[in-house]
Amino acid sequence: MHPILKLITQRLALGILLLFAASILIFAGTSILPGDVAQSILGQSATPEALANMRRELGLNEPALTRYFSWLGNFLQGDLGTALTNGRDIAESLGGRLKNTLFLAFWAAVISVPLAIFLGLLAVRYKDRWPDKLISAVTLTTISIPEFMIGYVLIYWVSIKWGMFSSVAIINDGMSLAEKLNAIAIPVMVLTLVVLAHMMRMTRAAILNVMQSAYIETAELKGMGMLRIIRKHAFPNAIAPIVNVVMLNLAYLVVGVVVVEVVFAYPGMGQYLVDHVSKRDVPVVQACGLIFAAVYIGLNLVADIVSILANPRLRHPK
Amino acid sequence: MNDQLKNMTADVTKGLMTRREFVGRAAALGVTAAVANSMLASSAEAAAHAAPKRGGMMKIGSSGGESTNTQDPALTASEVPLNNLRAWGETLVEVDAGGELDFRMAESVEASADAKQWVFKIRKGVTFSNGKDMTAEDVLMTMQRHSNEDSQSGALGIMKGISSMKVDGDNFIVDLEAANADLPYLMSDYHLMIQPGGGMDDPGAAIGTGAYTLEIDEPGVRHAFKRREDYWDSENRGWADEVEQLVLNDATARTAALQSGQVHIINRVDPKVAALLDRAPNLSVESVAGRGHYVFIAHKDTAPFDNNDVMLALKYAINREEMVDKILRGFGTIGNDMPINAAYPLFDETIPQREHSIEKAKEHYAKSGHDGSPIILRVADGAFPGAVDAASLFQESAKAAGIPLEIKREPNDGYWSEVWNKQPFCASYWGGRPVQDQMYSTAYLSTADWNDTRWKRPEFDAMLNSAKAELDNAKRKEIYSQMGRMLNEEGGVILPMFNDFVSGVSENIGGWADDPNGPVMDNKSHIKCWLKDA
Repeated sequence: MHPILKLITQRLALGILLLFAASILIFAGTSILPGDVAQSILGQSATPEALANMRRELGLNEPALTRYFSWLGNFLQGDLGTALTNGRDIAESLGGRLKNTLFLAFWAAVISVPLAIFLGLLAVRYKDRWPDKLISAVTLTTISIPEFMIGYVLIYWVSIKWGMFSSVAIINDGMSLAEKLNAIAIPVMVLTLVVLAHMMRMTRAAILNVMQSAYIETAELKGMGMLRIIRKHAFPNAIAPIVNVVMLNLAYLVVGVVVVEVVFAYPGMGQYLVDHVSKRDVPVVQACGLIFAAVYIGLNLVADIVSILANPRLRHPK
Repeated sequence: MNDQLKNMTADVTKGLMTRREFVGRAAALGVTAAVANSMLASSAEAAAHAAPKRGGMMKIGSSGGESTNTQDPALTASEVPLNNLRAWGETLVEVDAGGELDFRMAESVEASADAKQWVFKIRKGVTFSNGKDMTAEDVLMTMQRHSNEDSQSGALGIMKGISSMKVDGDNFIVDLEAANADLPYLMSDYHLMIQPGGGMDDPGAAIGTGAYTLEIDEPGVRHAFKRREDYWDSENRGWADEVEQLVLNDATARTAALQSGQVHIINRVDPKVAALLDRAPNLSVESVAGRGHYVFIAHKDTAPFDNNDVMLALKYAINREEMVDKILRGFGTIGNDMPINAAYPLFDETIPQREHSIEKAKEHYAKSGHDGSPIILRVADGAFPGAVDAASLFQESAKAAGIPLEIKREPNDGYWSEVWNKQPFCASYWGGRPVQDQMYSTAYLSTADWNDTRWKRPEFDAMLNSAKAELDNAKRKEIYSQMGRMLNEEGGVILPMFNDFVSGVSENIGGWADDPNGPVMDNKSHIKCWLKDA
């Protein structure tokens, strides 16, 4: 077997194992949440008989291990069950929310990743001069301000004062792409500002690190232009750390944006998860948890594989 | 109404005087706030009814919605699903802004002389949105569903006093175990939306007799409705062609959406920003004194709160004016340690208001012989908006009287199941009820599930029951007055303030009228208002 194929298979197997471990943690975690599902659904005025009926109906009397394996079995077959609180099919409602979350993350990534890398390169080109300092100062400021604050500031200026984009980011299938983009414009700006600094700084650091190598000096002595050196010699050798930080930020854009969702009333997965946690709707929480874990593990897997492929020493082992 | 009042009312309607000024000046003329408000409501209604317009799409932005919501009226407990119910459904009767019955699915109601049997005459010619005629049979089945122990209905408590129900032609007849002069008011409970076949087959189908049909149902995100051409009361309600409710739980998101014109009406404006928002162009902030109140509740059967001198010390120590000023920013009124205020029918204005008095607090605290160990008050942000700050204010003023009040912060999550109604002393809130009887029966009857002050007095229960059976309003008022005084003196409830309902309304909205029964015109703004530019 080709060593790369072997490596990838190994990583994949490891990823699946991790996901399995995460599923156990999620199941155990939801089991020890204080409060009881039946009580949460029926409220304070519930009679003991109604509670007993509800518990039987929900299968809460079965041992935990039995519940875990039947849950995992159904999950693997794509059956996520129905929400306890409103009886809706979880796969269906979750699917729509997941699509929205990915839509927002996609557009935020499309703008922020190239922008961050470009700014990083620019900062290296003008290292320690005013463009470098300006870029660092601005991006570090935006990452230091809480994201809801940036959201409110942008809403106030962009939406209320200038009337440019919508302050409510509720999207639905009946909207055209242009309408959807108009609705998510401000959240995308917020997310871009939040993730920019991390990726930009990492790009800058990784390339600067490479720039100290002897072969860069050689290229310089050859009379090559600075930007060309960065593009042809420094960047390819700095890909691994950059991809890692990009993937971490992509994962954040998918699983960590609940605050932005709340501020803009965006119908994504974060808000959906929080609502169901507070109502102790365990099947939904478990499904969301597992999907988030899968996204996180998957993106990190991609980062690993890309950095292996980007490294000739790993690509052509002796 | 004297001429001066009449002129002032006209000024408010024309926008020459604010509601607040009006209530203040009316008070100077010896008119109580409740009467002044209802006068305004009726005159505003008259002005608003000048030119209703049909058409357009009305958007409301509401807090109080989750992705776990359903359309089942039995399970409705927060504002977003309640607004949904009001759009597609109707109850037998409603309570109007003046506290009178507004007949909906019932045309009229009559009581037997002993107030034990009530006959509702059901309106004819009303159809459900599925095309079927609404009959007394549907009413009966609806009520049966909510009386069922397994129904999980929020109206179960209301239905408990009913011994039997039956249909006789077009009449729906209710027999009670004990007399209750307020029964029609109980039937205005929002859970009791009349559904075809009682909603037994599919409780969440959203089929009712309301002005709108549900078109899009995305819980926690948005709900869209279309006007029914065949709605029976289209002369008075259902003006916009379409209504869309957006779930905006974040207070800033809500005000931003109103300011940028993406919604026409929002509920629950944060008192902290209400005055600022009111200055923004193209919108107004509407506030109406309601029956909801914020409380600190102590269990009367647990030491040290079983010692009434400790209770009185705490009651005198709390600074009510300061709380209304700082916690409600003036959007509220002070309370008097009883859950009833002037917004209730049959309220006795002559009950003396308890004043803030450090001397009296000291005196009662010394008399109580309390050992000086810390009195623990449990509180969470979710108990009511500003609860933690209110508790700190309480702690400070108690300290001045030498009372060792200690605050224990609790997490919001699980507060209502682990702390409220379990711990001996905590912060909480109550939404109002349409009548005094219902408020007392829910929280101050010995046997009530939600008796969160453990107030168990046979003589109080007896008074409540005799008031129920009393059809003479003067006598009822006298009984309620005695009950109020008793709670004020001996109860476990410390009630510093009644909160106003504060809403934000776009200039483009016509027909807004204050309604003390609930927020955003008792959650009927979207069916009673219209768009001026439609």
